[in-house]
Formats: sequence, structure tokens, C-alpha cells
Amino acid sequence: MRAPLFILIQLVIATAIYLGLRFFGNDYLFFAGYTVLQFIVLATAWNILGGYCGYVNFGSAGFFAIGAYTSVFLFTVGQSPEAVFPASILPAMQAIFPLPVPLIIAIAGVMSGLVGLGTGYLTLRLRGVFFAIATLALAIVLQTLVVNWSFVGGSRGAYVIPANTVPVFGPYIQYLFVLMLLLTIIALTCARMIERSSLGVGFATIRDDELAAEACGVPTLKLKLIATVLSGALMGMAGAPFPFYIGYTEPGSVFDLGYAVNSIAMPMIGGTTSWVGPLIGAVLLGTLQQVATVTISSAVNLLLVGLLLIGFVIVAPNGIVGLWQSWFRKGAKP
Amino acid sequence: MDLTLLMNAVIAGLLLGAFYAAVTAGISISFGMLDVVNIAHPGFIILGSYIAYIVNTHYGIDPIVVSILALPVFYLLGAAIYQLFYVSFEKRGQDSLRGLAFFFGLLFVTEVILVLVFGVDYRSVDASYIGSSLRLGIVELPLRLLVPAIVAVIMFVGLEIFLGRSFTGRAVMAVSQDPMALRLMAVDPTRIKRIAFGISIATASLAGAFLIIIQPVIPSVGRDYIGRIFAICVLGGLGSMPGTMIAALLLGVIESVTATFYGPSWAPAVSFGILLLTLAVRPSGLLGR
Repeated sequence: MRAPLFILIQLVIATAIYLGLRFFGNDYLFFAGYTVLQFIVLATAWNILGGYCGYVNFGSAGFFAIGAYTSVFLFTVGQSPEAVFPASILPAMQAIFPLPVPLIIAIAGVMSGLVGLGTGYLTLRLRGVFFAIATLALAIVLQTLVVNWSFVGGSRGAYVIPANTVPVFGPYIQYLFVLMLLLTIIALTCARMIERSSLGVGFATIRDDELAAEACGVPTLKLKLIATVLSGALMGMAGAPFPFYIGYTEPGSVFDLGYAVNSIAMPMIGGTTSWVGPLIGAVLLGTLQQVATVTISSAVNLLLVGLLLIGFVIVAPNGIVGLWQSWFRKGAKP
Repeated sequence: MDLTLLMNAVIAGLLLGAFYAAVTAGISISFGMLDVVNIAHPGFIILGSYIAYIVNTHYGIDPIVVSILALPVFYLLGAAIYQLFYVSFEKRGQDSLRGLAFFFGLLFVTEVILVLVFGVDYRSVDASYIGSSLRLGIVELPLRLLVPAIVAVIMFVGLEIFLGRSFTGRAVMAVSQDPMALRLMAVDPTRIKRIAFGISIATASLAGAFLIIIQPVIPSVGRDYIGRIFAICVLGGLGSMPGTMIAALLLGVIESVTATFYGPSWAPAVSFGILLLTLAVRPSGLLGR
């Protein structure tokens, strides 16, 4: 299947989902759906580095938070440009701000991509585990920075209250939902294109045997940096609409370890070798968690995710996709 | 800069550093010597804290005594976890990515279970020495820091003697470098790794008791220690016990001085800065081979 056709099919499905949810006319469905879509983007982004290259990123929450706080920052600036800019450029800035949400998402992607580049450049030349540890610590340090930065609310948190309704889309949540739907399409298309390009082959050589790849002339550091930047940027873009979605942003909720665990667990459970895996994992786990949060409690559903992650990496290392493939192959034998 | 304040900050930092050394000892063994990246270690430390807390509040036994009594339990837990890790990952030869995810899952599950059982209130222990302090001239030595520091140093020296002098200890140091040579000497590398991992988790019992003596504990506090632990471990040079001690003291002093002069909310950033600097400038650490 060629890429334009793939995008077209996705657009058709996305439109069907959107219209279907509108038909029910219940805003809760959009709220729940938004979370699931957000997890699809996060899981797909994680998988570009984790699944294709074999480098574990524990700092998903950090990249997500960079996106979210870029939004908070730009929104706060947009509320009162006269308090931030000197008088000479104020009229120009007043014309630009407040920025539309899609532009904010793009800026957030650039910001978290840059942080990914910096972290990757310092640690990716060493053994993979150092990168993993650095990302783990990165989230904690970013949280320290945000807590100490009063402009974006510090530890108190910040309110980001958008307009109630948007032209064409109606309620604001529907607008955010459509944006997230588009982001999901971008992420999935990205992942699928990488998989089928020479870039994906390069990533696979790193995952399978980095030393041999290096010896054969594969520019491993460059490829790893590309993967880190792409993955980080997508995570940041997934985080950018979050302040608008939640309304009140505070460090504890944005740097929640749940994001890190979910974005690892979803590809691991779905299967890390193809773009389908994270999608399956995210839809299953995301929906399960929405149901469990409503019916049981949010702590129990996190426990569930942790246990599923441990169970799957031990019992089914290749996830649901792997199980499916081995079952299918056995079934095909005469 | 006030000299008295600086002196006190440095002394408190040294005491804190000795405690950090105890926290890192387990990782130095598992990550440094066995190549098992046990990022769940802070989770076991918090588990140790809560065990000390339960026994202390119910029976009034000193937390350090409790943690010493709990050593065999933690040892067995560690040995069991290693066995599971070995069978599921090392033996199949795919331990890097999935092994990391496994330990990350363990860390997360421990934390969530502790939250479900104990809630997110701060818990602390009672002991006669908590709250009082020793005065030496202008320097104040709070006993809640001094007692854990002394026991930590004893534990550390004990570990160092065990690793350097006994046959099993030397086998632990050799196991990730040359398992073949160990086999030739009729030693089972898996058994040695199991023992070593058990010991590394056992240190978490003591470190947990130290932690809850020094500060009140909530389940998520373990996360703050991940950056610190690995920063110390990398800075000291992987698997070098003296290096770990030096790095821990260094980090303790830097953090304490930062907290005194710039405010405690900046302290977590210190360890990450050190970690990144070390990785960028000298990845083999201070005393690394």
C-alpha cells in the first residue's frame, strides 16, 4: 500500500470516528477518546526510538511536559503580551499573539525535539543503558525547573482556559479531539514510512547489532539522533494540547510517571516491531484504563498496566502482534 | 559567604553522602558488577523503609535493628528476582530492552502497591536519637544523620572486605568480565550472580531504614533517588566500591551546599547535572577502569 493511499484510508477512518462520536452527541466520549488518541501518539513516538532502534526512553513524561509547558508559556504570553515584550515590538507581538493551537503544537514539537537532540548527543555515544538512565533523570530535572519557574505557575500550577466554543467544530473539546486525530495520523504515517524506508532498515541494524552496523559503515550516531528527535518531537506535540484539554496544569499531573509507564507498556504489549503494535496496545490499554478509572479507581488501573507490562515482557516478548504471527504461522502449517 | 553555615553544610553533606553511598551500594553491585540494570532498586529501598515503619510503629523496635533482621528476607527476594530475570531474559539473550522494561515495571508496581496500602501520607519512625544532635564547636551533628552515616560506613566497609577478600566476593567481581574463567574454576556464574543480586537487594533493606530515619517517606520518594543513584554509580566508575564512596560524599556535599545557599528545591537538578557532565567528559568515572 502506498503512502498517499494509507493516509487517505486513515482520513476516512478518522472522519468516520469523528462523525460517529458526534452522532452520539456526548462530550464525555470526546474526552475519553482524546486520552486514547494521546496515548496512541505517545506509544507510536516511543516506538520509533524504542522499538525500531532498541533504545529505551523512560522520560516520555519529560518530553510530554515540554510540550505541555510550551503551551502554557505561549498561552500566558498571549494573555498579556504587554507584560512581556518591550514597547518597540509590542504592536507586532499583539498582532501575532494569541497563537492558534496548531501553531503552538508545532512549536512544542520543535522544543522537545531540540531537548531530545541535546540529551541524545550527550548520551547516545555510550552504551544504550546510559541513555535510558539519562532520560529517567531528565524528567526529574525538568520537573525541578518547572517547579522553580513561576512564570508558568511553578508548583502552584497554571490555568489555561480557552474559549468555550470554536467555529465549525462547536465545543472546544471537539476541536482538540480533531487536532489529536490529525496528530495520530501524522504519527502513524511517520512510523509506517520509517519502517518501509532505508531509515527503518538502518534503525533495525542498530537494534540487532550496533557494533556490526557501525563496522559496516552505518552512521549509527546520526540515525539514533534522528530517531530521538522524531520521537521526542512527537511526544512534545502530544503534550501541547494537554493544558487546553485539562484546563489547570500543574507539574504533578504533567510529569506523572503514568505517561512513562504507559508509553512503554503499550508498544511492549502490542508489539514493538511494526507501527500496528503501539496502535493495538494503546487502543486496548487506553480503553481499558478509561473503563477501569470510571468503574474501579485510577490507582488500580495503573497497577494493572504495570502488571500487564511485566507479564507481557516475560511471557510474550513480541507482544500481541508476535502472538498473532506465531499463532497464524502454526495455523498455516498442514 | 558565612563560614559557620558553609562548615555545617559541608559536614551535613558528608553525612548525607555516607547515606547515599549505602543507597548506591546495591546498584554498584547489580549494575556495576553484574551488568543487570536494576532501575527498580529505589523501589526496594522504599519497601525497606515501609517495613521499618510498620515494625517500628507496632513494636517500637529500632528501625536499623528491624532492617538487619529483614536482611535475609530481602536477600531471598533478590535471589528470586534474579532467577526470574535470568530465566526470562538473560538465558534467551534479549535482556537489554525487555529487561529494562521489566525492572521499570517492577519499580512502578512496587510504588503503586505501596500507595494502595499506605496511601500518600508521609510516614516516619520513632527512635531515641532522632531529634537530638551533637555539638562540636561551631559544627552541629544531627544524630538522625550521624547514626545512619556510621552504620552505612560499617556496611560499606563490610561489603568491600567481602568483595575483595573472600572467594565468593572475588567471583562476583569477575563474573561479568569472564564467566568462562569462572566455569573453569568449577564455579557456576548464575549462582554467583544470584548471590550477588541477593546481596545487592539486601543492602536496600538497610538503606531503606536509613532513609526513613533521615526523612519522612512517601511511596514516590524513590523516584528522586534514581537520578542520584545512577549519577553516583557512573561518577564513581562502574563497579568500583571506593569510587562509589568518593562520588557519594562528593554529591552529598555539593547537594547540601546547593540546598543551603540556593534552596532545597534545586537539589535534584544537581545530580542530573553531574550525571550529564560525567557522561560527556569522562564516561568511565573517577576510579573507573
